[in-house]
Amino acid sequence: MTASKRFAALAAREVNKDTFIQPWPEAGLVAMHSPADPRPSLRLDAQGVAEMDGARREDFDLIDRFIARYALDLAVAEEAMATDSLVIARKLVDIDVPRREVVRLVAGCTAAKLVEIAGHLSVLEMMMALAKMRVRRTPANQAHVTNRKEHPALLAADAAEAALRGFAENETTVGVARYAPLTALAVLIGSQVGRGGVLTQCAVEESVSLRLAIKGLTTYAETLSVYGTDPAFVDGDDTPWSKAFLASAYASRGVKIRCTSGTGSEALMGHAHGKSMLYLEARCLLVVKGAGSQGVQNGSISCIALIGSLPGGFRAVLAENLLATLLDLELASGNDAMSSHSATRKSAKLMLQFIPGTDFITSGYSSIPKTDNLFGGGNFDAEDFDDWNILQRDLQVDAGLRPIREDEAVKARARAARAIQAVYAELGFPLIDEAEVEAATYAHRSEDMPERDKAADLQAAETFLDGPQTVLDVIRVLDKRGFADAADRILEMQRQRVIGDYLQPAAIFDENFRVLSGLNDPNDYAGPGTGYRLEGKRWAALQALPQVVVPASLTFDRAEGGRLNFEELGPAQRGEMPEVVVAVGPAFGAEITHTIGGLAHGDVLRELLNGIAYEGLPARVVKIYHTSDCAFIGHAGAALSGSGVAIGLQSKGTTVIHRRDLAPLNNLELFSQAPNLTLETYRQIGRNAALYAQGKPATPVPVKIDNFARLRLIVQTTLMHLRETGQVEANAPAIELQVSEIAGESHA
Amino acid sequence: MPETQDVYPLGETAAESLTARSGRRLNELTLTGVRAGGLGPDDFAISAETLRRQATLAEAHGYARLAANLRRAAELAAVPDDEMLVVYNALRPRRATHAELTDLAGRMETTYGAVETARFIREAADAYRAVGLTPQPSVGEGQEEATS
Repeated sequence: MTASKRFAALAAREVNKDTFIQPWPEAGLVAMHSPADPRPSLRLDAQGVAEMDGARREDFDLIDRFIARYALDLAVAEEAMATDSLVIARKLVDIDVPRREVVRLVAGCTAAKLVEIAGHLSVLEMMMALAKMRVRRTPANQAHVTNRKEHPALLAADAAEAALRGFAENETTVGVARYAPLTALAVLIGSQVGRGGVLTQCAVEESVSLRLAIKGLTTYAETLSVYGTDPAFVDGDDTPWSKAFLASAYASRGVKIRCTSGTGSEALMGHAHGKSMLYLEARCLLVVKGAGSQGVQNGSISCIALIGSLPGGFRAVLAENLLATLLDLELASGNDAMSSHSATRKSAKLMLQFIPGTDFITSGYSSIPKTDNLFGGGNFDAEDFDDWNILQRDLQVDAGLRPIREDEAVKARARAARAIQAVYAELGFPLIDEAEVEAATYAHRSEDMPERDKAADLQAAETFLDGPQTVLDVIRVLDKRGFADAADRILEMQRQRVIGDYLQPAAIFDENFRVLSGLNDPNDYAGPGTGYRLEGKRWAALQALPQVVVPASLTFDRAEGGRLNFEELGPAQRGEMPEVVVAVGPAFGAEITHTIGGLAHGDVLRELLNGIAYEGLPARVVKIYHTSDCAFIGHAGAALSGSGVAIGLQSKGTTVIHRRDLAPLNNLELFSQAPNLTLETYRQIGRNAALYAQGKPATPVPVKIDNFARLRLIVQTTLMHLRETGQVEANAPAIELQVSEIAGESHA
Repeated sequence: MPETQDVYPLGETAAESLTARSGRRLNELTLTGVRAGGLGPDDFAISAETLRRQATLAEAHGYARLAANLRRAAELAAVPDDEMLVVYNALRPRRATHAELTDLAGRMETTYGAVETARFIREAADAYRAVGLTPQPSVGEGQEEATS
């Protein structure tokens, strides 16, 4: 129990649900530098690598052997290892050193050397380097599309919406493994209905995953997990050689792959050997490189909360992202698993990749609610779409998504659900009925879906996987049932497998199936004015949020009434008797008739005058034309007041009690938050002004504090003030008003 | 870096020269063709030749390791799915003895001309034996070798 109420409030914060630990190097619980990490070293002899990072050839473990054999470019290794790591680190952020030169040199670096280079960089420098070093010029993003009910119509509809929102890849997985072929099918169809060219995959056990790809149900795979110590690798039931073979196996069937690694997995598996997380990840990345994978997803992935518990943890995660790009690997940069309970903390972490841009900002944005995410992901989910889009708009950064309208989404979802319905009917799978199509069209989560006969679906899935039907049958029935566009796009995906252009590094397709990869869209960042810039049509598209309005459409004349009947009596004179002057702005009761809080000007003025009268003083109303500023309106009124006290009232409702002898920007009381003022407040303002005019003490009028009022209404405030300022006549005198009717309808 | 006549992307610059593993030309892979029912899975499988062309392109753009992977893939294009899965599973930890892996390598080489793949499997076999990742023989290492 905390005694301090402040500490109690802090303890209750979301961020304090996260765990924070001291480093424990012996257990591998250390982010970037462990005492057990080797110092960089490399010695070559006639047979190749004789010693690497302190280990002699005869002591090499499996990973060392693979790295020494495949990952290091021995032609540049001696030059690279002889170059001071600080010098290499500086090249990363030097805009005069081209990306290619960095890649050439780093190709000769050992794992320990890579870690040493990263150690010289601050987070900011790593972000600069990431912008320069990522493979593809155009950034992109990847979605997770899953649901807890494993409902095919919902999968198809969600895949379509994700495609429409701009994801370049849609990844799915299963709760029950046997669903895989039907799940992959639904996501394939839905994605191509949403937007042509979206790559899809289904994360399942390696050999099943390969079978799905061979059947044409997926077009990429990224579950090729790689580990940084031999025992962790073996526990993952693979070796560097088996993974490299698998990479070739996928490529031989025209399927894109990337590997998966990430800091923390070895510690989690109890096989870290006391090494730092980043050092082990550097080893992973060299294995990935050596295996000939075009890319990797890293950024701690599912272990993000583990490294996040350590000091410098998120910096190390950025460092591992950067190391992948230094090795010229496509990078899908994490941000998928839950990184914090705190929205502040997880968003701050996101910025490390969001701002520089990576090949895939997340390696799985949960395009469905996190409760439906079968990856255990959902760091950012379907309920964060608008946040993401607005952040892109705020920073003029392309993080791979675009805003869409509800009608577009509903249309795409309906068509995707109908397409999968047709395929199920034609291929003899358990039927999808009209109610399911309708539900999928408008659903947000799987609770919105009817139940299906899961046993029947699983039976169909197994028959499909083992049977002769392939994606060609799917294309045929889609075409037959009136989905020629979807059939055409799925066919084009199959043709692309024959062409193989998307096997090249960091390849994605645009909506016209034009491939973009490191070969034809290489990152050419070389400082300001170069590289990818969010501009032109794309920038216009990212600005066009459905909730954006034309400023002038923000009306503030909420109701009829409020217009005052007044007679202008002529230039106001200075009073001689005790009184309170009520000085109003130039648009008051005319061009503007209500305050920003929606109060009719007639009501506001009546309450002010009633308050003054209650304290036994007469009042005069004058209209100020030479200024629209509240303080100066009030001060001008005070100059005319017999008592020297006046109330200044802007048309938007902002009010001041002023006195002649005060500096214009000083005051007796100021009510700057007009939206929070009520008629009762105005009456009390009248009373207090009258008390001040009589030299009597007054308790300042209490007002409601709402710090969000300005946030909510600042645009309207600006527009109202603009309208009032439009009525200003610089040389016009204050005019005394005879107000004949101030009984506007009550809005109190 | 190797010279190549090809310009990336092949789908835009060289579509007319691309054929599937079956030998069918890319421009025959149309919806009309699918409707007619004459196209099968092999018509949508990438050919060894195309994989080698992509490998050459990768290498020309500085991606030597990816190129090596694509050249192994070109060899595997001729290997049936089931057999490919057998090799993959044999390469997983403690699945196959050194002799079994060597046998597999031999079959890849003689049956499919997969020279580089065979070399790769033999290299794995040696590495596994060196670090003790081949299955523990029940009688002894000599016994294991005798079965080869």
